[in-house]
Amino acid sequence: MSDYLDRNMFGFVLRHSKRDQLYLLALIVASYPIQFLVYDSTKIIINKAIGGKGPPFEATFFGLIHFSLDVGQITFLLSLCFVYLFAVVASNGFKNWMNNVRGRNAEKLIRRLRYILYTRILRFPPSQFKRTSQGEMIAMITGEVEQVGNFFPGAIADPVFLGGQLAVSTMFILAQDWMMGLIAFAVFPIQMYVIPRMQKKVSALSKRRQREVRRLSDHLGETISGIAEVHANDTSGLERARLADRLGVIYTVRLEIFFRKYAIKALNNLLDKVSPFFFYSIGGILVIQGDITLGGLVAVIGAQKDMAAPWKELLNWYQAQADATVKYEQVVTQFEPAGLLDQKLLDAHRDEAVPALNGPVRLSSVSLVDEDGIRRVAGVSLEFPLAEHIAVVGGPTCGKDDLARLLARLAVPTSGRILVGEHDLATLPEAVTGRRIGWVDQSSALQSTTVRENLLYALKQRPFRPAAYTPEEAAQRERDSIAAALAGNTMQDYRADWVDYEIAGATGPDDIAPRMIAALELVELTDDVYQMGLRGIVDPADRPDIAEAVLRARAALAARLADQSHAGLVERFDPARYNANATMAENLLFGTPIGAAFKIETLADNVWVRTVLDKAGLTDELVEAGREVAQTMVDIFADLPPGHEFFERYSFISSDELPEFRTLLGRVASLAPAAMTAEDRARLLALPFMVIPAQHRLGVVTPEREEKLLEARRLFRAELPYDLAGEVEFFDPVRYNAAASLQDNILFGKVAHGQAQAAQKIGALVAETLDSMSLRAAVMEAGLAYHVGVGGSRLSTVQRQKLSFARALLRQPDLLVINEAGAAFDTSLLERITGRLLAARKGKGVVWALSRPRLAEAFGRVLVMDDGRVVEDGSWAELNREGRPLHALAGAP
Amino acid sequence: MTLNEEVELLRKIPLFAKVEPSKLKLLAFTSERVSYDAGQALFAQGDMGDAAYIIVEGEADVEVSTPSGPLVVATLGRNYFVGEIAILCDVPRTATVRAKTRLVTLRIAKDLFFRLVTEFPQMAVEIMRELASRLENTTAQLREARMQQRQ
Repeated sequence: MSDYLDRNMFGFVLRHSKRDQLYLLALIVASYPIQFLVYDSTKIIINKAIGGKGPPFEATFFGLIHFSLDVGQITFLLSLCFVYLFAVVASNGFKNWMNNVRGRNAEKLIRRLRYILYTRILRFPPSQFKRTSQGEMIAMITGEVEQVGNFFPGAIADPVFLGGQLAVSTMFILAQDWMMGLIAFAVFPIQMYVIPRMQKKVSALSKRRQREVRRLSDHLGETISGIAEVHANDTSGLERARLADRLGVIYTVRLEIFFRKYAIKALNNLLDKVSPFFFYSIGGILVIQGDITLGGLVAVIGAQKDMAAPWKELLNWYQAQADATVKYEQVVTQFEPAGLLDQKLLDAHRDEAVPALNGPVRLSSVSLVDEDGIRRVAGVSLEFPLAEHIAVVGGPTCGKDDLARLLARLAVPTSGRILVGEHDLATLPEAVTGRRIGWVDQSSALQSTTVRENLLYALKQRPFRPAAYTPEEAAQRERDSIAAALAGNTMQDYRADWVDYEIAGATGPDDIAPRMIAALELVELTDDVYQMGLRGIVDPADRPDIAEAVLRARAALAARLADQSHAGLVERFDPARYNANATMAENLLFGTPIGAAFKIETLADNVWVRTVLDKAGLTDELVEAGREVAQTMVDIFADLPPGHEFFERYSFISSDELPEFRTLLGRVASLAPAAMTAEDRARLLALPFMVIPAQHRLGVVTPEREEKLLEARRLFRAELPYDLAGEVEFFDPVRYNAAASLQDNILFGKVAHGQAQAAQKIGALVAETLDSMSLRAAVMEAGLAYHVGVGGSRLSTVQRQKLSFARALLRQPDLLVINEAGAAFDTSLLERITGRLLAARKGKGVVWALSRPRLAEAFGRVLVMDDGRVVEDGSWAELNREGRPLHALAGAP
Repeated sequence: MTLNEEVELLRKIPLFAKVEPSKLKLLAFTSERVSYDAGQALFAQGDMGDAAYIIVEGEADVEVSTPSGPLVVATLGRNYFVGEIAILCDVPRTATVRAKTRLVTLRIAKDLFFRLVTEFPQMAVEIMRELASRLENTTAQLREARMQQRQ
């Protein structure tokens, strides 16, 4: 699978679609006679059938096939008309066929081009990522390829097809009268001279537009990734001005392109309209003089009209071609940086197991010079057995991170060699370096998927087990992989199981979890994942065993909570009782909303809720309660300045709404709830829905109101319309709630307000209960299924770091290179992790560029670097002496 | 206990006696009712202070750690305001406060307390007055202790 990229767009098209294009051309050629027949039959119909004399009637098709029919004139006319109809239908059928072929060719080319460009990114030297921004690359592969792709369907076929059409029309006209023909073509040379010159300017502009649009996407990317900086520095004004500036340039360029393009079109149109002048004048004279027939002239005029269309399209093609060529070249040049990683290194041994690294690592005068000519690593020579544990320490610019990158083959020495056993590290395929060497960076990127998939990412070098497909799916997969191969894409199935369980010390999907948990345990991430699991949702249809165990845990927890020492920590959901630690909305719904209909925040606006409240005779009561809440809020918060943070933290009414509620209260002061306007009622009604009696102590949820609300709760469920049934999962003491988290399922209640350390106590109780039910593994499993967010954004920096450690450890590489990772950890955590990691990797290599030199004590060997050189090399005890560099470094905090 | 009852309670505390009822209502509404079982600590000596407490019900012991173990130096009852020093001057807790019986408190978070004080100067004045009188008390006790020592 080569990713050779032609500099020339037509080169690319021809290289990858020669056969398809030939097939298309064959179709085009086949369509010509039919097209000719369309013209020819019209002429014969007019001259021979309508204007001719007989019987017998005679006609000649294509100037060759001659026949005469001894039938009546009308029969003759109709048969010719049917010939015409056949020709039209057939020619349209051909067109349709050709279009399908064209479309398929083009899509294959777009797919291939994108794939090649992506592969190129994988081969980029690291320096390229400093030059070209993410935004620009994305814009090129998505947007610009799309635009180039729009041209692909007609790249080869259009000029041939349209040219052929022109030739057919031309031949037809010339066959009628050579002079008419010359007239018809009189304007072509003018167009052929002027238009390319005009187009050249458009192309230059379109090149510029492309550059500007790329800068725009660069700017967008920068704003999005740096949104915090924009807000923190109040630079939204600056950024908008920058955007306006960029848009201004794009505006000017686009407008000029538009004007120039339409200038070309206008010129074409004018010239098109001029040629009939000659037909009518000169052609008319010829007919009057009897040199050509009237039918001939009509047909010539028709042919010329037909000719105008392809000619116009040919010009369009030319314009599109110029545009696409510019775009293609602009894209391709960006994807051909110097120093691309050798394709062989990327692909060799991709589909086979690779042996473990062997033998000592030898660096002989290794230097690394960066693109600015700065020597980052200067002539380092050293040898170490693969299994050694080495700490690299030094100041911020000592080059330890570059040395780490060199050892992980993320950089290649500018001079010198790194040998692993007999092999030069620089020529080892990635299948070896990327599987046998592990890497943890300061800020390793996470995939936006689950914790589990992030851990397994280190084990997915090739598909190991085919995906479990149904026969239909398998057939579809077969077709997909053929289509992929035809477009030069990989045929490896993304949906297969790519996980190399054995490399992680497991035998298959069933026993990988303990391995993952062991890795998490080592970096102290287990508790976090456990908490994620508690917040996670388990589908009881998938895991009936877990659901059942959770229900048992629920019962066990309830028994423990009933115990004297835990009394009052949790108020459990009881269908027959009002829960004072839940909002009124939760009390009414008494379930977990599934869709948007019964969202707790807006429950009071729901039509079914209002119906139920009316039925239970509760509406007026709650409007009254709302009035009480509003009155208290107005009393309490009236003196606070608008926008005071207390409003957001404590008030049921925002500071903007407070004045409105004050006037509302004045307006309804002497009115019974029933006498208020519908709008006022709705506003007041929504307030008590947020009240949690145990927390807010507002005294609005009286026993009578509780009573009625319980009735409303019953009605809500009993009479719930059929179409709303899927919107809520009701609380049921003996059923697993599929919409609620594991924790909520176990707790089945609300943590009571105002109990000191209730949350911690309950957390401990829940954990104990789960452990006693052997549910810990199930919770961990749910935790592993926790989605980490885009780039791991739902995890803290420390959690992300821990996860990338765990991921690297899971694969058990022969050599683990760590580049200042764990800088976000506090010293004692880093110390614990270092200790455990080194113990776990006994017999396997670790090279750790340490951010805190004091931690080097735990390593068997310490390298001290300064200015790209290894200045000291030895054990901690030898080097940590007064006056030695390590001593100074380790003394620093 | 509802908000209004809490406001009544707050008014009985000297510190808040002269503060307007609507402010007290705000204080009561924004603070949290927390109950403790006997033996549970509200906070421990040496912790950083994050809240002050008003005792609503029950009794609490003030303990100071000594080389020979914790020593109860005072027992506080209903309407006592405790833990305000650590949040006023950002010093670690000077003593441990532990529920002696079942205890109900109103917990006023540090930021909330500061906001109220800055928002409502009359509260600041009341607190100043209270602290001054406590200082006066302490000084008197110190004088007495010195006298005893001299004897």
